[in-house]
Amino acid sequence: MTTMAPDAGTQDDAAYEARFNAAVAAEERIEPRDWMPDAYRASLVRQIAQHAHSEIIGMQPEANWITRAPSLRRKAILMAKVQDEAGHGLYLYSAAETLGTSRDELLDRLHAGRQKYSSIFNYPTLTWADVGAIGWLVDGAAITNQVPLCRCSYGPYARAMVRICKEESFHQRQGYELLLALSKGTEAQHAMAQDAVNRWWWPSLMMFGPPDDESAHSAQSMAWRIKRHSNDELRQRFVDICVPQAESLGLTLPDPDLTWDEERGHYAFGPIDWDEFREVLRGNGPCNEQRINQRRTAHEEGAWVREAATAYAAKQAERSRHGYRAPQDQQQGDTQEEDIA
Amino acid sequence: MNPAPASAALALGDDALVLSHRLGEWAGHAPVLEEELALANIALDLLGQARVLLSLVGDEDELAYLREERAFRNLQLVEQPRGDFAHTIARQLYFSSYQRLLYEELAQGDTAIAELASKAVKEVDYHRDHAEHWTLRLGDGTAESHQRMQQALDALWRYTGEAFEPIEGLAVDWATLRARWTDRITTVLRQATLTLPNGPQSGAWAAGGGRQGVHTEPFGRMLAEMQHLHRSHPGATW
Repeated sequence: MTTMAPDAGTQDDAAYEARFNAAVAAEERIEPRDWMPDAYRASLVRQIAQHAHSEIIGMQPEANWITRAPSLRRKAILMAKVQDEAGHGLYLYSAAETLGTSRDELLDRLHAGRQKYSSIFNYPTLTWADVGAIGWLVDGAAITNQVPLCRCSYGPYARAMVRICKEESFHQRQGYELLLALSKGTEAQHAMAQDAVNRWWWPSLMMFGPPDDESAHSAQSMAWRIKRHSNDELRQRFVDICVPQAESLGLTLPDPDLTWDEERGHYAFGPIDWDEFREVLRGNGPCNEQRINQRRTAHEEGAWVREAATAYAAKQAERSRHGYRAPQDQQQGDTQEEDIA
Repeated sequence: MNPAPASAALALGDDALVLSHRLGEWAGHAPVLEEELALANIALDLLGQARVLLSLVGDEDELAYLREERAFRNLQLVEQPRGDFAHTIARQLYFSSYQRLLYEELAQGDTAIAELASKAVKEVDYHRDHAEHWTLRLGDGTAESHQRMQQALDALWRYTGEAFEPIEGLAVDWATLRARWTDRITTVLRQATLTLPNGPQSGAWAAGGGRQGVHTEPFGRMLAEMQHLHRSHPGATW
């Protein structure tokens, strides 16, 4: 779409809005310089920021096991995965910047508790098997949620999601493979895998958000083609995928009501504890405080590093304006064999 | 191709393994998102090197997880706790400059170590570049960053001397390596408005012993954390 914003606000917003709506309905992509309703922009910033925050907070529960990974191969895979999440954070903060909100602003809002991240990361990773359960279930749920976002109406977000989904699907497979090795391993390893799946199953189902009739942002997001499927539809899709995978893993899912519903062609599952969901959302999960404190601490302790980088860049810019490199070189002459800067 | 000398593969493999582990401790704690990526990337490169080198000696996991502290042959420099970002950068500067020069030389040989070194020298070039650029930013940034960087360089200087003690089985001119390393570090520090520490290079006491299996107190604790899960399930595969 190439509808530019009006120069001085004198034109009729309604005409732009009509064109915007037509573009969205025609499945065209909205790009950063296109006119868009303020509420659309705000809704995207909220959603992309929450997604970016989830990536960087989500590094913590897994990084918790990097220093204890039980083989060098697993350690390499885990490090690469946590690094991917930092990368996803970068793409997403960049996507949000195209809407006029800087990464610094968004981080400030996260640190002040004014923006959220996925509640799933407020659960602890207690054993090595949790790394596998996160990969299989949490990344699996994330993919189910995110694949439709590759067709989101906002171009930069949709394009970021294409790359993210590819990497997430790799993460999901490594989680499954990790659990499979444990499930087929010693008795203690099998028990560790089962325990992790028992703890992560229900929180993973909550990742799809509240039931459709209670979801605050869903209807408008669907109309704007930011969202494509309802929370309950996606949750059902995820359950249908997981049940046969759990069987292949030789593990059970902790839901006595899980049965195949012939009539609907889907698995029926038991009631979700939405009180728990709301409590964790409200800040009362096992790790809410720990996660946000670590994030704030890393940010505060890194302030002097960021300030140094900014100060150095400013000095370099000043020097290049005046045509010299570094004060020391001026005084002592350029004797080094290789230029470093 | 000639077989790699085991003692050398172990020394270089342990350097890479231990430094990778220490860099991995930054995950989720880095000062800026770009550094989460960079430090993890360097840690991954080093872990890749360690796996190749240790596999020349035996089973990589047995060597990493089942050896006692006294059997590790890494430099004491790489086992030091990560400290603040300046300490990590100072260590990266000292170590990657050393590793870059050493691998360049080893790449000329005809052993399996030479094969690893010729591949790894490209990634280590990037590690050194990363460390040198941060040394410039921190040294020539703010008064606080300058002071922290100088402190870190001073604190870790004593661990640099042992890097130039000969490793059995490697045909390297260690004195020349040391001179080239010192030149390079001197140049970077001068550009960064920092001072070359007045330590072992000028005759002061230098820590050493890592190559003989004598380590520093924090190393035992690091190994306890790294090895505990593997050791808790004898014979299990992961």
